[in-house]
Amino acid sequence: MSEHIVSSYDRDLEVLGRRIAEMGGIAEKMLAEAMDALANFDIELAHRVVATDQRLDALQREIEENAILTIARRQPLAIDLRECIAAMRIAADLERVGDLAKSIAKRTVKILSEARVPRAVIGLKTMAEVAAMQLKDVLDAYAQRDIERARAVWTNDSELDALEDSVFRDLLTFMMEDPRNISFCTHLLFCSKNIERIGDHTTNIAETIVYLVTGEAMPTDRPKGRSTSVGGASAETDEPSK
Amino acid sequence: MTAMPVVEANIPTKVSVRDLDFFYGQSRALKSISLPLYTNKVTAFIGPSGCGKSTLLRILNRMYDLYPRQHAEGEVLLDGENILDPGIDLNLLRSRVGMVFQKPTPFPMSIYDNIAFGIRLYEKLSRSELDGRVEAALRGAALWDEVRDKLHTSGLGLSGGQQQRLCIARTVAIHPEVILFDEPCSALDPISTAKIEELIDELSEHYTIAIVTHNMQQAARVSDFTAFMYLGDLVEFGETNNLFTAPQNKKTQDYITGRFG
Repeated sequence: MSEHIVSSYDRDLEVLGRRIAEMGGIAEKMLAEAMDALANFDIELAHRVVATDQRLDALQREIEENAILTIARRQPLAIDLRECIAAMRIAADLERVGDLAKSIAKRTVKILSEARVPRAVIGLKTMAEVAAMQLKDVLDAYAQRDIERARAVWTNDSELDALEDSVFRDLLTFMMEDPRNISFCTHLLFCSKNIERIGDHTTNIAETIVYLVTGEAMPTDRPKGRSTSVGGASAETDEPSK
Repeated sequence: MTAMPVVEANIPTKVSVRDLDFFYGQSRALKSISLPLYTNKVTAFIGPSGCGKSTLLRILNRMYDLYPRQHAEGEVLLDGENILDPGIDLNLLRSRVGMVFQKPTPFPMSIYDNIAFGIRLYEKLSRSELDGRVEAALRGAALWDEVRDKLHTSGLGLSGGQQQRLCIARTVAIHPEVILFDEPCSALDPISTAKIEELIDELSEHYTIAIVTHNMQQAARVSDFTAFMYLGDLVEFGETNNLFTAPQNKKTQDYITGRFG
């Protein structure tokens, strides 16, 4: 992409991109550490994750302010306008990813006193690894403006949906085995929902990347990996993915 | 033979430019241009200096005829009739296709006579009929309220923005079908510019409008369709909303985002 005649315009847009990359790095770290804290029952780490969220919120505010200033100053058109809009959307999605990781960390602090059924956490770890991969891939896709990679993230979310289903069934089983497991497993259910939501946000980011590069919106129906059997999470309880 | 870009199959075309070449002496300023001006729509022409947009505008009412060593080849069809034909009545053409220039050019006459002058050239009206036409023209240019009490003062006494609206009133007074604007707001302050943009919005309900402008955002605001020209070529023609948010051609994007030009 050739440079603007006014070089400060290029710098304005570069800053947006760098801040998104910074937010992405923090969000990835928060997810990884929240899961480590949960798996290893590490309260210190969980508290650190909660504290990190502030930095993410501040970055989102900064990105929004910069994008709005760029719009006011430059009246951007075409690709430049889409860059500003994309930065604002992606910042909002990454901020939510951070919130969801923070929520997992907060639950970890809560359930530590009643740690039971460690094997219930295994399914969650697998889910988190997939979500982390999706997040990394979509952030790379943004940095490279790579729409094929973005589309792959969009499609692969069905794997996360399917995993959530199986974690749901596992946790139900543990709860049915022994009522003393209920409290612990319920907290884990919420955590699995949070991880699935993180996956949804990565697909939002993927859609934004395709819009950024092509100027066109993606089709609205993403393939879902849900089972419709009575024991599994059904499609009707899904929150709408955008 | 360049293909006519067809963007909208369902709206009528008022002016059809086909394979238009234009020469200043030996120098070819327009290269085989084909494009439509849709009826009662606003079409903007944008492009860097020297791209041919003003040249193209001035062909649409045969203004170039006033200058020797300038000639056009190809077709410009107004309601199906080729206005480049030597047999065309130029005065009649210029009453059907009006023009507003960058620098306001009121006649050194009263405001009333500025409007009445053109009407008197084409029609014989009674005093009261003429009064009615002058008022209608001034209303049509959103100027009536500001000048109703000083119609017999000189047009030169008005502000720049008012003078430009007087020129627009003068143009609509003779009931043209097409109005050409050549950078109408370049010499005006932001408020006058906004009033003229508002006026163009209203005028497009009854007239087919073509506007040349250097101001990208103005083109995006006022027009329905936009033509991007470069070095005498038509690079891209499309719906304004699409061209300014996701242009097809990289050159178009580079120009509108300030990467060259």
